[in-house]
Amino acid sequence: MSIDRALDGVGRALDDRFHGARGVRVLLRKVFPDHWSFLLGEIALYSFIILLLTGTFLTLFFQPSMTDVVYHGSYHSLDGVHMSEAYASTLNISFDVRGGLLMRQIHHWAADLFMAAIFAHLLRIFFTGAYRKPREVNWLIGITMLVLGMLEGLFGYSLPDDLLSGTGLRILEGVMLSIPVVGTYLTFFLFGGPFPGNDIIPRLYIIHVLLIPGLLLALISAHLFIMVFQKHTQMPGKGHTNTNVVGQPMYPYFMAKTGAFFFFTFAAVALASTFVQINPIWLYGPYTPVGISAGSQPDFYMGFLEGTLRMFPSWTWDAWGHTVAWNVLIPALVPLGLIFTGLALWPFLEAWITGDRSEHHLNDRPRNAPTRTALGIAGITFYGIFWAEGANDVIADHLDISLYLTTEIARYAIFIGPVVAYWVTKRICLGLQRKDLHLVEHGVETGIIRQLPSGEYVEETRPLNDEELAGLAIDYKARPMLPVGAPDADPHEPDVPPPGLRGGLGKLRLRLNKAVTESVPMDGHGNGYGGHGNGHGNGHHAEEGESVTVRSGGQNAPSGVEGGDGQSES
Amino acid sequence: MSDPSAPDGTPGLPDEPAGAPDAPAGPHRVIGTPSPAAARTMLGERAGDGEAGDGPLPVVRELPEDPPNLRRAKKAERLVAVLFILSFLASIGFIAAYVGLEVGSVDSTLRSNLALGLSMSVAFLAVAVGAVIWVRHIMPPVELTEQRHPLASTEENRAAFKETFSEGAEASQFVKRPLLRRTLIAATVPLGIAPIVLLRDMGPLPGTTLRHTVWRKGLRLVTYGANTPIRPGDFSSPGGMVTVIPEGYQDDPDALAAATAIIIKFQPGVLQPPTVMNWTVDNIVCYSKICTHVGCPAALYEQTTHHILCPCHQSTFNAPRGATVLFGPAPRPLPQLPMTTDADGYLVAMSDFHEPVGPSFFERG
Amino acid sequence: MSWITARRRRPVAGYAVVLLGLILVGAIYAVITGSGESSASTTPSASRAQILRGQQIFQQTCATCHGLEAQGTAVAPSLIGVGSAAVDFQVSTGRMPAKEIGSENGRKPAQLNPTETKAVAAYIASLAGGPAIPTPAEVSTSGTNAALGQQLFIADCAQCHNFDGAGGALTDGKYAPPLTQATPTQIYEAMLTGPEAMPVFNNTTITPSEKRDIIAYVTATRVTPNPGGFSLGRVGPVTEGLVAFLGLLFFMVLSAMWITAKHRKTADE
Repeated sequence: MSIDRALDGVGRALDDRFHGARGVRVLLRKVFPDHWSFLLGEIALYSFIILLLTGTFLTLFFQPSMTDVVYHGSYHSLDGVHMSEAYASTLNISFDVRGGLLMRQIHHWAADLFMAAIFAHLLRIFFTGAYRKPREVNWLIGITMLVLGMLEGLFGYSLPDDLLSGTGLRILEGVMLSIPVVGTYLTFFLFGGPFPGNDIIPRLYIIHVLLIPGLLLALISAHLFIMVFQKHTQMPGKGHTNTNVVGQPMYPYFMAKTGAFFFFTFAAVALASTFVQINPIWLYGPYTPVGISAGSQPDFYMGFLEGTLRMFPSWTWDAWGHTVAWNVLIPALVPLGLIFTGLALWPFLEAWITGDRSEHHLNDRPRNAPTRTALGIAGITFYGIFWAEGANDVIADHLDISLYLTTEIARYAIFIGPVVAYWVTKRICLGLQRKDLHLVEHGVETGIIRQLPSGEYVEETRPLNDEELAGLAIDYKARPMLPVGAPDADPHEPDVPPPGLRGGLGKLRLRLNKAVTESVPMDGHGNGYGGHGNGHGNGHHAEEGESVTVRSGGQNAPSGVEGGDGQSES
Repeated sequence: MSDPSAPDGTPGLPDEPAGAPDAPAGPHRVIGTPSPAAARTMLGERAGDGEAGDGPLPVVRELPEDPPNLRRAKKAERLVAVLFILSFLASIGFIAAYVGLEVGSVDSTLRSNLALGLSMSVAFLAVAVGAVIWVRHIMPPVELTEQRHPLASTEENRAAFKETFSEGAEASQFVKRPLLRRTLIAATVPLGIAPIVLLRDMGPLPGTTLRHTVWRKGLRLVTYGANTPIRPGDFSSPGGMVTVIPEGYQDDPDALAAATAIIIKFQPGVLQPPTVMNWTVDNIVCYSKICTHVGCPAALYEQTTHHILCPCHQSTFNAPRGATVLFGPAPRPLPQLPMTTDADGYLVAMSDFHEPVGPSFFERG
Repeated sequence: MSWITARRRRPVAGYAVVLLGLILVGAIYAVITGSGESSASTTPSASRAQILRGQQIFQQTCATCHGLEAQGTAVAPSLIGVGSAAVDFQVSTGRMPAKEIGSENGRKPAQLNPTETKAVAAYIASLAGGPAIPTPAEVSTSGTNAALGQQLFIADCAQCHNFDGAGGALTDGKYAPPLTQATPTQIYEAMLTGPEAMPVFNNTTITPSEKRDIIAYVTATRVTPNPGGFSLGRVGPVTEGLVAFLGLLFFMVLSAMWITAKHRKTADE
């Protein structure tokens, strides 16, 4: 058979040199769990590849130079207009290079998709708790890539030196100037003098095509390697435990699926680039510091910063011959700083609060971690209000809302919104947990109606089958894993709290722990929710450690399902 | 830590030394290999710490050869083949569109973009859909389970690592000889700083550049674009506004980025302090166009409310009253340019702005 | 548990939540969308039996708000001295007669036909002169310098009307309208007379030739096809971002769901 012959020929030659038989075989059989949300990161990966390919094409034609030229190319509306070579070469790519406009559009749509996919992927990881040990480092790498991606996009769409992106650079300059002590120096060094100067476009170019892509490639490789080495997490389900991976092997299944997904990504971006115009720089005109357009916004992933700048009131300090422009410094640094620092620290903070130091390879259902989910939604609300404020003039214009009113609403909403979102989400999660408990105790409705001899109609329910039960992940219990009083506790002084819970910080930790681990217990006890549901009790209370039994008698939770707590280190 | 080996006892402890050079070709069985049925769900790995070694892996068949319903698979195969042929044709179409369709005008670019984009999209989409149908309906469905290995190394390995590392540290004498250590660290510090120092010549020192614009006494105001000087008698309609730049600087973006201004004509009696009345001419006032927030041109003028609005972040300035800030994040009013007329009756500046224009910076004061 | 939680299973609970949500959203929207403010102004121009006809129409259609002698009232400004250009602009774009006092008047189908419009314009012009309706030569776009038009547009117009003339927000509910439907004459007249909040660009500030350059730029750009596909209203990155999420990402999620869907067993297996 030709496969055997190929393997005996080329295969042996490679193996003689690289010793791959065992290792590559392990790789070929590597099991990848199947869930659609696990493909979000791949969208980002494949968008990145598309960016590399189309970006290389663009570098063959783009001139990263701010030298003034007079345009006489194919776009006649700008004939005779003074512009930079960068802008002129972008016009050239769009109208005088075959496929040039398509490549430009694919590049820009892929960049937007790259960032959108990173957001979605980050949210998936967050809400399923996949950042927990052992994946904290990968989480940090991911956040770093998010920041790098934002910068890469900002510098990329500024390269054509058009009116819209040039305004963005002007704003960047204004923000940099406000930095105390070193602001003016940093600005003059970056721009090579006062704005706009002659250096910013070529400098952004080299950062955009070499430095950041290099960093991203290295980080992506590390990110993927860690993920393959630690193996992917999986959703709770029948036969899924914290010590196995269930799914399909890499070869040939996952390879084929992921390859297909690459083509899906490329097809989606290509479709968008065929039918939806993006960044029509010929309509914006070349950059001039004299002009500005109504409805000027950056690309969506920078919109958050635009919103912070619009929302903040005009606070400034003028003293002793110096000015500190809080009205620029705070919006530029604080909200984004809060979000990124919060994201970066969260795995460690959560581990500290819950005391959970075990490995987690099973994803959480968001409802089973109500505080985390509520915090996440509150964070999204916080981010989203700033994001919407960044587009407030477009919103005001198209939805007929007074312009100032949008800002005033946003100024209050930014404080009230996240709090409300937190509370509402937490209650929803707890409600969903109660619903799961109800399903477990009373079974699933079958739609079959029976009439009892007494004349009463009743709907039959059936107990959950193995798969459904496993999917609920009800074995998750509130796990106050902090060693409260045991086993560290000194038996002679049982009231002395263990080291981690002493002092102000320790008491705070205990209070946070109680709040974070609040959830609906699946055995019907405790946490103030009063006995057994809402009084339906058939008198059966599960004892500690016993699996929950369901009404029609005898459906036990499969013993093979383990929680994530089997690995705690002693 | 739970035992990573399979419950029914995984075979695979190495019965050959690592790196055995002449491992027999072809599959071989090891004593105790589980039967294929059970093995379908196990990937037998070596017991122990699970690290890659050279012991042989058990050879078991885990993937079924054919899908369960061959007829459906055949139908799916035909569908996939059609899709792949469609992709082939679309790719040819792409090349044909590239060769055949010229660009060089907006209309031809539209046609070319449509043709190239559509053919490319179809080519990719057809392959993607075909591949997915292949995997889902032609490849036999399979579900495998793979055991995870504990990520932490065994205590022995950790101890061994510690030993090796400490040995090396001792042998290097790094810890024992503080003079060596400290001078090494001292040597690396300037080496680390040097690359940053090299960046110094990226730009000039700011000096007092930000405090001045090119406006000076006697420099005429001209309308941007047309570069024509302005007589007050021409700019005579109340409610008028236009962008002005210093004469001769229309091709100097660095100068324009600081010096661009707007002039506004008011009805008599509308202009009030804090507008400096001596700097106005015939109810025409001149303000810097560079917003004091982060530098966008603050150019949106509402004739009815007399508000100057910056479209970037909605800082609003009260034009008749010295462009003081009414709303928004701008911290200071727009600087006012002292204006007068020259001998020919054209509007000229009396001097530069009396304060730095544009965004705040630390040394502004 | 609280009384709400205890009653969460009642049939009415679901309806109550939906009703509450609807009321909340409606109330919020009603509060924050308001009407904007306004001001209006118009100007007249010349000719004879026309003027009498114009006066007739004026007294029927406009005098209620602007006064019998166009002297203005509490609800509308005086039209004395505004010129025929202002009247032609306001009436031909349907802004006048105004439907609602106090709000910004947007473009609507014109209520008076061109003859009537010219008559009213002539009447108003006869009162005290003012900027005149431009002649066809004055708004012709042949022999214009579109590059200069682009520069002028970007410096003096785009900050309100957007780089492409797609319109933009002003304060207090006012807005700068899109320029997609304005005729060259209307564009000229608007620049000349400064309707509502728009500044006045008289002919000695932006000369007639420069006005033609601007008109040439606006009219050429708005008919330029979009070679990259649908333009999304030429609004910019906001709509592009929406497409990225609601179009691209959504499509990718759907395809991911298809790829990873569990294989359904059929009867033959």
